[in-house]
Order: sequence, then structure tokens, then C-alpha cells
Amino acid sequence: MSGDVSIVGVGITPFGRHRDATGLELGARAVRLALADAGIVWSDVGFAAGGSMSAGGADAAVSLLGLTGVPFINVFNGCATGGSALATAHALLLAGEADYAVVMGFDQHPAGAFDLQPEDWGLGSWYGEAGLMVAPQFFAMKIQRYLADHDIPEAALADVASKAYRNGALNPHAWRRTPVSAEDVAASPSVCPPLRQLMFCSPGAGGVALVLARPGVRAPGGRPPVRLRSVVFRTRSFGSFDAFSPSVPLEVSASVSAVAAEAAFAAAGLGPEDVDVVQVQDTEAGAELIHLAETGLCAHGEQADLVASGALEIGGRLPTNTDGGCIANGEPVGASGLRQVHEVVVQLRGTAGERQVPGSPRTGFTHVYGAPGVSACTVLTTS
Amino acid sequence: MTKAEHVDHPVLVETPDGPRLRGSECAECSTVTFPAQASCPACTGVAVADRPLGARGTLWTWTVQTFGPKAPYRGGAEFEPFGVGYVELPGEVRVEARLTEADPRRLRIGLEVELRVIDVPGVPGATTYAFAPVEEGDR
Repeated sequence: MSGDVSIVGVGITPFGRHRDATGLELGARAVRLALADAGIVWSDVGFAAGGSMSAGGADAAVSLLGLTGVPFINVFNGCATGGSALATAHALLLAGEADYAVVMGFDQHPAGAFDLQPEDWGLGSWYGEAGLMVAPQFFAMKIQRYLADHDIPEAALADVASKAYRNGALNPHAWRRTPVSAEDVAASPSVCPPLRQLMFCSPGAGGVALVLARPGVRAPGGRPPVRLRSVVFRTRSFGSFDAFSPSVPLEVSASVSAVAAEAAFAAAGLGPEDVDVVQVQDTEAGAELIHLAETGLCAHGEQADLVASGALEIGGRLPTNTDGGCIANGEPVGASGLRQVHEVVVQLRGTAGERQVPGSPRTGFTHVYGAPGVSACTVLTTS
Repeated sequence: MTKAEHVDHPVLVETPDGPRLRGSECAECSTVTFPAQASCPACTGVAVADRPLGARGTLWTWTVQTFGPKAPYRGGAEFEPFGVGYVELPGEVRVEARLTEADPRRLRIGLEVELRVIDVPGVPGATTYAFAPVEEGDR
């Protein structure tokens, strides 16, 4: 028996728009699915953590799930909300605090770009008043510079987005389930050059939950447990180029994603070369390209070849965002990182249906990046 | 005459050479930040003093804001696309800024730009900072 925490149950709601349920209800629904998957009940859970960005505190879910007195920690870490909650539960289970922990992520956002207040992010109101508090601007400027530095053609962006819609079409819980050609992506309206409308994900709604078991505990559900070899959450170092930064130093340092990924691989005792299935943050198509290199899964500049050769497809050498990623699922911020972990778990179980990566993948990797410079990464393996 | 209201008055400072962005510099490690802050994000020191930043630099990266941002943006009802970029101020820092140019065909990495104080469209009397391409004759 390994000394690792394992993931013994997963649950996910359809992603997209939900007029019939609040974000919190989506989270609770995902918890029930995950408990059933693990073969346990809510009163078996000794610890819980979770959060949302726009749909309230996760601990409010106890009124829906049952008032068992369980300690439930609320997390508010932007795009790394799920990863932070997972890291917290992981540490507590390693410390022997409980047999089972539940990690829950959910959200429900209004349509359109995120409505963010500068003061909540340590910035003066001037930043928003001047029109700079807009997330797509940052991602556009980062990929604009990146394409130039690494000689990657803009066409790669349309190809990445098209792959996301293609994978989403194979995923029953995805929001965007209609394939879109690269030509149609490239012909969609410009939002923030070089990024176009169909290259972006949209804020949406959804819920995801995981049941974790402490080392040595086997859940009665009988699902093959997936080992959580490492989960690492980091904030940015000086010199990282990040969203909502009025200035960046002349000397650029390793990005927060690079730091988190390296630490996650080191803690797992594995490397990027071991990975069989990948989920990286793709809030727009450029982010997928950048994050593949920042996390060490490819060299900077290699992405154009990976896209052109089909290496990132479900049947390719480095299957990436196999469930359609943020682009096809939308981004309910609190749920998004746990959706990635959910996808790796079903891929490693071999139960991903039409989108199953062939060849019995044994090692998976997840990565989120968010403002104002946070990243969470996990390494997962079969038992 | 009533002085125009800078939307971002805390980030601009008047100097004998005209308005400048108000940055800060760490006495310990010489790191320059913008806007000015009382502690150093690089070395964690607190021996930090205000420093007006240079008015000219080059475009490090750019994009164009094509849709009207949500509040607290103060651009008024009539939205006009505007350029956004990071401007590299030699020897200092890269600052994020609006650009006076919004046509992608006239924006490129490496473009020489200089500081301007501009009116915020749709908000009478309000100004903010931006960088403008340096015209051939101004070099």
C-alpha cells in the first residue's frame, strides 16, 4: 500500500448555464455524485474544503448535505481555488486528521468578462477607471509577446481552439459540444489582438467534487483508486509577468506556473516525460501553448510543431485538455481546477468513453493559472 | 481655471519637465516599481522613495481593447476601442498603459512611445495617462 492520499470518488455536473440551480446547489450535487462514486455517505466525511469566486462560501453546502459538524474550510484563491482546497485536504489527510475528505468547487458567473474591483486585488481604483482591469488584455499581451519571442505562427491559436471544441463534442458534461473548424475560429471577431472571440472560454456555471482517502484507507465503492502523488499551490515570485500588474520588472523570472509545476513533479518523484495525459489552463488558446512549455511538458517554441503534428490530440503523444478544457467547458472559476483533476481521474480509470486516451494512461498532470499570479498543479498516477 | 481631475492622480506627478508617472525606487536593491509603493516587492525592504519615471520608452507588448470594460471603467456610454501595452522604460521598469493608437496595423513590438495625459472619453474634465507613438519629427 502506498503512502499517498488517493482519490476514491469524483462527481461533476454539466458545465454551462444553469437557470434551475444556484452555484452552491451545483456544488452540493457534485458532492453527492462523488460520495456515491466512493460508496460512502456524507457523515463518513471527516474534513471538507472548497470554494467559489462568485457563488458564495462552500461551507454553506452543509445545510444541503447535512449538518454533521464536519470542519469545512472556505477557499477564495481565484483560479487556484480548487487547487488550494485540494492541497489543504491533502495535507490534513497526510496528517491523519480524517479517513475521508471532500473537496468541492463550484461557481455561477454572469455573462461577459469578469466584473472585478481593483481594490479586491490590491490595486488603486484608478486601474479599473482607466480601463486596465480586464483579464483578456493580459492574456492577449502575454501571447502577443510570446509568439514573437518564440517564432510561433498565429495560426496555432486557431488550431488549439478548434481542438478544444472537437474534444468538447466527445464530452457529455461539456458546455460547447459543436465542433468548430480552425478557419471559423480564425474568422471570428477580434477581441484583443491576436486573440479572437472563439479562442476564449466564457465564464459559466458548474460544480465538481472529489472524495479523498487517507493513505491505507480503501473506499467501499470499489473504483480503482487514483494516487494523488502531489499537489502544489504557489503565488508569484518577483519578476513573473502576471495579470493585473501595473508594472513588471525588466528582468523576467520563472513564471508561477513553472515554479508550481517543477515543485509538483519533484514532490511526485516523476518528470514531465512521464506524463500520459495533460490538463493545462486554457482560458484562451494562447494560454494552452504557453502553459505547456512553462510546466516543462515541451520546450519553448516547440508548440507549433506539437499542434501541427497532432501530438496534443486525444490519440497523440501528449493528449492535452482531453475534455475540451476551459474553452469547451467554460470557466466557473471555483470548479475549473477540480474539473481538470476529475478528467485525469476518469482517464486513468479508463472510463472516459469516447474521449478516452488510448493505451491505458498511467500518469496525469493538471495545471491552473490565475490572477494575480497564482498556480496549482497536481501529479496523479494509477495505483 | 479649474484643474482637470486626473482619473489616476495618485499615479501621476507634476515635475518641471511636465507630468510624469509616479514610481518608486528601493534604496537597498534599486528595484523600480510602478505605481509607487512603500515597500519593495523584490527584496522586502522598506527603504523606498518616490521616483518620477522616464517619459519615453519602447512598446514591449500590446493589444487593443475592443469592447467596453465593466465598472469601475469610466469611459462613458460611447465606447471607442483603445490600445493597451507594456512600455519598457530603459533602466527602470515596464509599465502598463493605455495607448493613444488603437489601430493594430500601426502598433508593433519595439515601437518608440512617449507619455501623454489624455482626456477620458465620455467623462468631462477627467484625464488619465497614456503612451503615444513618437512621430518621425519628434525624435
